[in-house]
Amino acid sequence: MFTVIEMKNIKYLLVGIVFGLALTKGEAISWYRIQEMFHFQSFHMYGIFMTAVPVGALSILLIRKLKLKTLQGEPVEKIKKVYHHGVIIGGMIFGFGWALTGACPGPLYAQIGAGYSVTIVTFVSALLGTWTYARLIPYLPD
Amino acid sequence: MELLFKPWPWYIAGPIIGLSVPLLLLMGNKKLGVSSTLRQLCAACFPGKLPFLNYDWKKDSWNLYLVIGMIIGGFIGGKLLADPNPVNLSESTIWQLKSMGLNDPQGLMPAELFNWASLFTTKGFFLMIVGGFMVGFGTRYARGCTSGHGILGLSALQWPSLLATASFFIGGILFSHFVLPLILSV
Repeated sequence: MFTVIEMKNIKYLLVGIVFGLALTKGEAISWYRIQEMFHFQSFHMYGIFMTAVPVGALSILLIRKLKLKTLQGEPVEKIKKVYHHGVIIGGMIFGFGWALTGACPGPLYAQIGAGYSVTIVTFVSALLGTWTYARLIPYLPD
Repeated sequence: MELLFKPWPWYIAGPIIGLSVPLLLLMGNKKLGVSSTLRQLCAACFPGKLPFLNYDWKKDSWNLYLVIGMIIGGFIGGKLLADPNPVNLSESTIWQLKSMGLNDPQGLMPAELFNWASLFTTKGFFLMIVGGFMVGFGTRYARGCTSGHGILGLSALQWPSLLATASFFIGGILFSHFVLPLILSV
């Protein structure tokens, strides 16, 4: 699959390392923290969201105001998320899985790296879930 | 030195996580999103004849680099710099987990639930196999997960992402309160 490691993609690997490290040291990959969050018993996880989102929002605003360009000199594209019913139905199903596994897709990768090897099975099961979604698209409300 | 092993408070981890949004945009108009890699791996490994999985996945291979980086980040944070102390959970969480029959917290995940032998028990089957399946199915159906909708979409003030994030939490709260105790009691 990675016959050629593209140098231009190495920068994304570096972002991934920092992102994964922050998720791990911030304990966002902890099953315990996820249960605590869903029971509103600590501010910790909410604090992570409530700082990550404004930092992201302010940066996007700054990129717009200063008309910053990408490294390739292109204008930064607008981010648009479109509503469809899957946002709610799929979103809830993901929430069910999040509570059981204690992991969203990002933390799944980080948990594997952190040495919780059995998470590989959770991960493969998630692949199977995505594949099943692909198979069932014609029958699901969009 | 000891500081390296300590967990990061939310006001350090959160902003760093948020910074991945502008970094990826500026590096090449890349939109933060992790669950799309599940689709890509499906497309790369077993696309079958499914239209959703027959697309040029290699064009988006940047995010496979991102997630390989996340595995490395997890290794650095969870192995090399592992905190020897248990997660500093609230008293009420510790009490509650105990009341559901769990041991004192150790590491980031309860080893008594998440281990290879447990896969063949009812608990392990539901927590890992069924749970994982719902993560993969639900995130693709919602076209995003906690990163794509919860961080990027909310940062870009997209209302569908707010609905998605609210749905993630409603689903999670329901299962954490009502279904997890049932699974742990079998």
